[in-house]
Amino acid sequence: MAKFVKKPKATPAISTASLPDIVFMLLFFFMVTTVLRETTLKITNKVPRASQLQKLEKKSLVSFIYVGKPKETNVYGTEPRIQVNDVLIAPRDIPRFVFQEKDNLDEAERDKLTISLKVDVETKMGIVSDVKQQLREADALKINYSCVQAVSKD
Amino acid sequence: MARGKRGTPEVNASSMADIAFLLLIFFLVTTTIASDKGLTLRLPPKRPPDALDEVKLKDRNVFNVLVNSNNQLLVEEELMDVKRIKEEAKKFIMNNGRDEKSSESPDKAVISLKHDRGTKYEVYISVMDELKKAYNELRAEYMGITVAEYLDMENEEKKSKNPKLEEAKLKIPYQLSEAEPTNVGGN
Repeated sequence: MAKFVKKPKATPAISTASLPDIVFMLLFFFMVTTVLRETTLKITNKVPRASQLQKLEKKSLVSFIYVGKPKETNVYGTEPRIQVNDVLIAPRDIPRFVFQEKDNLDEAERDKLTISLKVDVETKMGIVSDVKQQLREADALKINYSCVQAVSKD
Repeated sequence: MARGKRGTPEVNASSMADIAFLLLIFFLVTTTIASDKGLTLRLPPKRPPDALDEVKLKDRNVFNVLVNSNNQLLVEEELMDVKRIKEEAKKFIMNNGRDEKSSESPDKAVISLKHDRGTKYEVYISVMDELKKAYNELRAEYMGITVAEYLDMENEEKKSKNPKLEEAKLKIPYQLSEAEPTNVGGN
C-alpha cells in the first residue's frame, strides 16, 4: 500500500476573468453604432430593391416621409397613408412638414434638404405622385427613393 | 478597533458577464446599422402660373416609356419586358444620329417616363433603376471603368470633385422627364 498512484492532473480551468471585459467591449461597440428608430411606424414599410444606389450623406439634412398601408386597419383603413414623424397626414399637409424641417436647419443649408421617401413595395404610384406634387409645391426638390441594395445578376 | 481591520468584502463579479451578455444581446437585436441609400432624383421646380409654353423637343430625341396600371411596359410603341429596357435605352442614347428615328446625340436625348396612378411602386422603381443603370453603364464605359467603380466614384464625389466624372456627366447627361401620371387604375 506504499504505492501511490499519481492521479492524472486535471486540466487547469480557463480563466474567465477577462470575459466581462471582452463582452463589455462588444457591448460598447453596439451601443455606439445602434440607432434606435426615432419614429414608430404606423404603416407597413418594406422598401424595394434596386442596384444603382447613391448614399445619403449628412444625416441632419435628410427628412423622411413614409408611405404604406396602415398596420391598424380597423382604425386607419386599408388604403396607403403618409406618415411623417409620428403621425399620419394627408398629402396637403406635406408643405407644412417640409417648412418645419427647413426651419430646423441653418439658413445656409435650407436648400440642401433632401427628402427620403420610404415607400412600401405594395403601394400604387397614385399616392406617391401626390407626395411628389406637394414636395414641388413646398420647393423641396431633392428627393431620394429609399431602396435596399439588390444583388446584381450580371 | 477590531471592526476596522476587517476591510470591505469583495464584490462578487462573477455575474457581471451575465449582465453584460444580456445587455449585449439587447443591443444586438435592436441595432440596425444605418444604411440610407436610394435612387436620387431632382424634381422639376414648381411651374409658375404664367409659365411659357412647354419646350418642344424633336420627336426623335424623346425615348417614350409608358407604364400602365397593369404594370405593363410600352417603350417606343413596343410592348417590352423590364429587363430589355436598359439595352434599348443605351441604343437610343448612343445613336449619334445614325438611325433616323433615334436620338441625334447623347446630350439631346431625353427619356420621358409616364406612369399611371395604378402602377405599382415596385415596378416604377425597377424601371427607374434600369434607366439609371443604362446611363451609369454608358458613363462608366466612357470613362473606361466598371459600373461598380463608377458608383463608388459617384458616392465619393460630394467630398472631392472629380474632373473625369464631371466630363462624363456633361457628355452623357441624365435627362429624365416625368409626365403627369394618367389615372386609369388609380383612386
